[in-house]
Amino acid sequence: MAPKCKTGCGKNAILKRPKTGDALCRECFFWAFETEVHNTVTAARLFRRGQYVAVAASGGKDSTVLAHVMKELNQRYDYGLRLVLLSIDEGITGYRDDSLETVKRNRDQYGIPLTVLSYEDLYGWTMDDIVKQVGLRNNCTFCGVFRRQALDRGAAQLGVDQIVTGHNADDIAETVVMNVLRGDIARLQRCTAISTGTEGSIPRSKPFKYTYEKEIVMYAYFKKLDYFSTECIYSPNAYRGYARAYLKDLEAIRATSIIDIIHSGESLAVRDAARLPTQGTCSRCQYISSQPVCKACVLLQGLNQGRPRLGIGKSSKVQERARETEGESGDRSEVDSATVTVGAG
Amino acid sequence: MQLTVEFSGGAELLFGNVKQHRVTLPDRGDGDSVWTMEGLLPWLRDNLLKERPELFMQGDTVRPGILVLVNDADWELLGQLSYKLQPDDTVVFISTLHGG
Repeated sequence: MAPKCKTGCGKNAILKRPKTGDALCRECFFWAFETEVHNTVTAARLFRRGQYVAVAASGGKDSTVLAHVMKELNQRYDYGLRLVLLSIDEGITGYRDDSLETVKRNRDQYGIPLTVLSYEDLYGWTMDDIVKQVGLRNNCTFCGVFRRQALDRGAAQLGVDQIVTGHNADDIAETVVMNVLRGDIARLQRCTAISTGTEGSIPRSKPFKYTYEKEIVMYAYFKKLDYFSTECIYSPNAYRGYARAYLKDLEAIRATSIIDIIHSGESLAVRDAARLPTQGTCSRCQYISSQPVCKACVLLQGLNQGRPRLGIGKSSKVQERARETEGESGDRSEVDSATVTVGAG
Repeated sequence: MQLTVEFSGGAELLFGNVKQHRVTLPDRGDGDSVWTMEGLLPWLRDNLLKERPELFMQGDTVRPGILVLVNDADWELLGQLSYKLQPDDTVVFISTLHGG
């Protein structure tokens, strides 16, 4: 028999919280979960009254719970936010088309309007087409780079003040581990920030920064939220999978290791003398970039020139190759900046 | 002993893409009819699982990242592997390793 809820409410506990070890009943768990997100949001001053906020929605567990909780907190604490769901259709048959159906149900269930933007419209390529060109080795690089820009472009079109994403504590800890393994100091510094992007780009925030994946999944389970959980058909080769498995092993030994790794990531200091890449803008599409030409434009140039490996590898080599072969062929050798309303909102 | 076993969050993909199963555990024959979670896991792996057993179990327990509930309570509150199953218990496995 399960123990009683730690709050003394008299009900049976249904969950052991990974962060604290507390046993809580269903209602006290919902309350603790939502209140912690609210505290995270207010402590970091993520929102201002009257803001128009896009929830990046994939139909997966994290963004589904995020949309639900954002709607709930916005009402309960009167944040005064206007919410919109923003989905990216990467063009992955049997995966994204199905998950977008989930997002459409979320739109109806939560009464939040939905905008869908596709890779095909933005870049002229679906992920299905890209995989036919590049195979299953670097496909996640294309998808990740394109998605990041696509969300920003969608947000700019909508004129939102900021984007919230469902990244949770486990995701952030994973990213810390990956950036350590890759020796990527610049990203290591940025990846633990709760809110990123200031001048020129639309801020992104992570209200679930301190929320464990286990609790998100349990919350969805006990609230009977409708989410999509099929693995991406192209993802088995993704590097992140290894970091994830490693982290789950650590968590099984000591549940606080997730938060501990985030804390370590936050505490890492880089010597002043270290040279970090400076953020500028892409000379082709004006998107934020630490290189003269942004990764998306180089990847796209490679695709359009029939040389999909052009944008893969060390960034210095990539930039050199992209310059040498610029304008050789291809009717769309750069991201179509005409589709973007830069600086809107 | 009869149980209801459910898989979700992607764990069902390992079990023929069927989310809910009614299973009958055999008597163990040694006069000891007690089933624990420790016994159930390999039984499910050997009798119900269709593919990639390494994605379900690691060592003698579930793969880290799979959540387990018994009668809608976190098995971490119930002694995990040592929990003694009762007739008509509902055991739920939810993968957290899929999608986001």
